[in-house]
Amino acid sequence: MNKKNVLLMILSALVFLSCSPEANALVVMTHDSFAISEPVITAFEEQYNVDVNFLPSGDAGSTLNRAILSKDAPVADILYGVDNTFLSRALEEDLFISFTPAALSDLVNEVVPVDGNQMVPIDYGDVCINYDRAYFEDADLPLPQSLDNLLDSAYAGLLVVENPATSSPGLAFMLATIAEYGPNGYLAYWQDLKANEVVVVNDWETAYYTNFSGSAGQGGQPMVVSYGTSPAAEVIFAEEELDNSPTASLVGPNMCFRQVEYAGILQGTQQPDMAKHFIDYMLSPEFQSDIPMNMFVYPVNRHAEIPPVFLEHAQVPEQPAMVDTDLVAENRESWIAAWRELFTN
Amino acid sequence: MAGVIHKLNQKKNNSWLFHLFWILPALFLLVFYFYPILRVVQRSFIEEGRISVLNTANLKTGWRAIQFSFKQALLSTLATLLLGFPAAYLFGRFRFPGRKLLRLLSTLPFILPTVVVAAGFNALLGMNGWINNILMRLFDLSEAPIQMFGTLGAIILAHVFYNTSIFIRIAGTAWERLDRNIEDAARVLSASPWQSLRKVTLPLLMPSIISATLLVFLFDFTSFGVILLMGGAQFATIEVEIYIQTTQFLNLRLAGMLSLLQLVFSMSITALGRRIDKMSFTPVIPVVDEGNLRKPDNLWKRVFIPIMVFMLVAVMVVPVLALVLRALMVPPGENAADGLRLSLRNFQRIFINQRDALFFVPPFIALRNSILFASTATMLAVVLGGFIAITTRWSKKIGDVLDTLIMLPLGTSAVTLGLGYLLAFSGSRTLIKYYPLLIPIAHALIALPFVVRILQPAIQSIPEQQHYAAVMLGVAPRKLWWKVDVPMIKKPLITSAIYAFAISLGEFGATTFLSRPEIPTLPVAIFRYLGLPGMENYGKAMAMAVILLCACAAGFIFIENLQETQENQ
Repeated sequence: MNKKNVLLMILSALVFLSCSPEANALVVMTHDSFAISEPVITAFEEQYNVDVNFLPSGDAGSTLNRAILSKDAPVADILYGVDNTFLSRALEEDLFISFTPAALSDLVNEVVPVDGNQMVPIDYGDVCINYDRAYFEDADLPLPQSLDNLLDSAYAGLLVVENPATSSPGLAFMLATIAEYGPNGYLAYWQDLKANEVVVVNDWETAYYTNFSGSAGQGGQPMVVSYGTSPAAEVIFAEEELDNSPTASLVGPNMCFRQVEYAGILQGTQQPDMAKHFIDYMLSPEFQSDIPMNMFVYPVNRHAEIPPVFLEHAQVPEQPAMVDTDLVAENRESWIAAWRELFTN
Repeated sequence: MAGVIHKLNQKKNNSWLFHLFWILPALFLLVFYFYPILRVVQRSFIEEGRISVLNTANLKTGWRAIQFSFKQALLSTLATLLLGFPAAYLFGRFRFPGRKLLRLLSTLPFILPTVVVAAGFNALLGMNGWINNILMRLFDLSEAPIQMFGTLGAIILAHVFYNTSIFIRIAGTAWERLDRNIEDAARVLSASPWQSLRKVTLPLLMPSIISATLLVFLFDFTSFGVILLMGGAQFATIEVEIYIQTTQFLNLRLAGMLSLLQLVFSMSITALGRRIDKMSFTPVIPVVDEGNLRKPDNLWKRVFIPIMVFMLVAVMVVPVLALVLRALMVPPGENAADGLRLSLRNFQRIFINQRDALFFVPPFIALRNSILFASTATMLAVVLGGFIAITTRWSKKIGDVLDTLIMLPLGTSAVTLGLGYLLAFSGSRTLIKYYPLLIPIAHALIALPFVVRILQPAIQSIPEQQHYAAVMLGVAPRKLWWKVDVPMIKKPLITSAIYAFAISLGEFGATTFLSRPEIPTLPVAIFRYLGLPGMENYGKAMAMAVILLCACAAGFIFIENLQETQENQ
C-alpha cells in the first residue's frame, strides 16, 4: 500500500473517532427503536442549555441488561424503553430514583403509573395480529374473532408468529395466550396451534417482510403477529398514495397484548435535576405528540395529539390482554422454556 | 517485510527491537480479547454467586445446541468444500473470460448482513419468489414447489453462499501460485492426471485447503444470523443459545458455560486441523506468480469451465442480483398487473429525511462511517497479521503460539465478546467516549486469522538468496522491503486486505452487540429501515444494501489496483 494513503487513512480515522459526545451532557440510554424529531430535542436543549445525547443499546432486553451490568458505574442518566414484560426485572435491580412528574395526573386510562414511581410510563401500543385484507376478501374467508378461532382448520398454515425467546412481539403474543388460557392452559393451546400449522420464525423482520403476504415480501401467510399501528404505517410508508391500508388488525378480546414503555432516572446520576426536567419534558404534550409518527406507538398524555392517519387506519382493541407484571417476572423463563420445548421437537 | 526478516536471521539474539513483532500483536490480544473475556468469566462465575445451572432442562438445551452446531457445521462445510474445491481449481489454473469479475462477485456475499441475504433469497426462492412463480406457471402448479425457509437445507445453502469465497481466495490463490512445472514434470514422468493431482498437487496445497476448511467450519460452527433468519425457531446453535440466555434471561452462568464449551470445541478442531497439516509433508517450494494460468487445452477442461462458472454464478451471484433487482423494483400499478416496474425511487428516498427524525442516517454519512471503520480495521489486521507472519519465520515457537491464540476470537461467542467489551470498556463516561474505537478493533480481531493464514505461507516462501543478492548490490533494507519483498507477496497481501475490509464492512461478529452512539454505519441504517412496517421502508433497506454492495465492490477494486500502482512506480 502507498505510504501516503496509509497515513491519510490513519489521520482521518483519528479525527473522526475523536469527535465524540461531551462529558457533561445528559445521557439517555434507549433501545434501538427509539426515534423522535430533532426539533423536539433541540427545543429542550435550548431551554435548559444542556446537550442531550442518546445511547442506543440494542433491543429492549439488551438495553436493560446493559443498565443492570453497568449499575455500579452508570454511563447514562436516564433509561428509556423498558416495557411491561421486563418492568419487574428492572425494578428488582433497584436501578432508579423515584420521581413523580406532575403530568402523571394527565395519563390516559390505558396505562397506570408504577407503584413508587421508580419508572414512569411514556408510551403504549398493542401487539396484534395483522391480516392481509386482499387475501381474506379474495378467499371469501371470515376473519378470526378470537384466539380460539385461530384453531379452525380454515386458517391452517395462515398465521406466522415470532419466537418468544428471541422477539419482543413474539413474547407479547405468547403472554396474550397466557392471559386467555392461563399459565396452565396456554401450552395446550399452542399445541393445537402447532397442529394447525402455525409458522414460527425468530424475529419480527422475517415474519413481517418474508412470511407475511400483506407487505413487501409477499410471503405465504396472510396473518402475522405485529403491532396495532402497523396498518397505519403501511399507509404512511406506502409506495403509492393509498385510501385504505392493505392490512388491518384483529382486535378480538385478548387477541392483542398491550405493551407499555417506561423511563426512569438511573441511580448515580450526577445531574438528577436535569434528568427530572427531561422526564417531565418526555411527558409534555409537545414531546408526546411527536411520539406516534416516530415510533408508531400511542402517547400516554391525554392532551397529546394523535395523528389522523392513526385514528383512521389503526385499530385499538377494546379488551387487550393483560398479565400481572409480577407474575410475568416470576414465570417468564419457565413459560418461554416450555414453549421452546414444544417447538423444538 | 522480509527485508527485515533477513536482518532477523542475522541478528537473532541481539536486537530487542524485533521482539516488537510478537509483543505488539500479543498486547493487542491481551487488551482486546483476554481482558474482556476475563471480565465476563469473573462476572458470570464469581459475582453471580452459586446459582446452579446444571439442572436437567439446561443440560438438555445445551446438549441439543451442541449436537445441532456440529451437525449443521459438518454438513455446511462439506457442501462448501464440494463447491469450493473445484472453484479453487478453476481460479488457480485457468484463464477464462470474466475471471476477475467472477472472483470479485464471489467475494461480495461475505459482506452482506444476513437480514439482507434473507431478503435476496426470499425474492428468489420465497413462496412468491421468482423461481417459484416461474415453476408454477411452467408446470401449472397450484402450490409453490420450493419451500425452503425454515429448513436445514436453507441454512446449508446460506452457509455455502457466504463461505465458498474463502476457498476461492485461500486455496485458489495458493493454487495459482503453485508452480505448474511441477505438475507438468509429473505428467512427463508418465503420471496420470489423477495421479499427479493426488501425489503432487494436493499434498502441496494441503495447508491452504486445511486452512480454508478450518475457517469455514469455525464460521459455520459459531453461526448466528443465518440460523436465526433462515432456520426458524426449531433450530439453535450454541451461539444462538448463548444469545437467548444472555439477552432474554440474563442467565450469565449458562451463557458463560456454553461460551466456554464452544471455545473448547473450536480450539480442539483447530488443533486437529493443525495435526493433519503437520502430518502432511510440505516442502517449502518457490512460488511462481506468473504463467500458471492457462486456457483450457482439452475437451474435458473446456466443459469443466462453463459448468463451474455456471454453478458459482447460480449459487453466489444470482441471489445478490436478486437483491439488486428487488431494490430497483416498485410494485406494478393498477393497469400493469403483471409487469415488473423498475425505478430508482428507493434510492432517491433514502436521501430524504421526511420527518426531521433525530436518528435519520444520510447514506453518505453511513457510507463514510462504514469505510472509515473498514479502513482502520484493515490496517490494524494487515499490520498485526504481517507482524505475526514475520515472527513465525523468525521463531517458529512464538509464531505457533500466536497463531493459535489468534484463532480464539473466531471460536468465541460474539455475544460473549460483546458483553466483555461492555464490562471492560464502558465503565466510565471518559472511556465511553472512545467506545466506537472498539468497532474496528473487534473487526480486526475476527480478520486476523484470515490475514495470518494468507500471509504466513507467502512470507515463509520468500527465498533468502534474493536478499543476499540485493544486499550485495547495496540495497538499503527499507528499499529492499518495498522493492523486493512486498512485490513478492503482493497477491496474498491484497487478498488478506480484501478479507479484512469485507469482514469490517459486513460487521461480523461481536460488533452487532456493540452499540455505537452517533456513528451509524450502513448495516445499522439497513436495520433501522427494516425495523419499521411499510413497503417504502423495505425498499429503502434494499437500496441501502445495494449501496453497501457497491461500496464493497469499489473497495475491492481499489485494493486490487494498488498492486498495479505499485508496479508503475
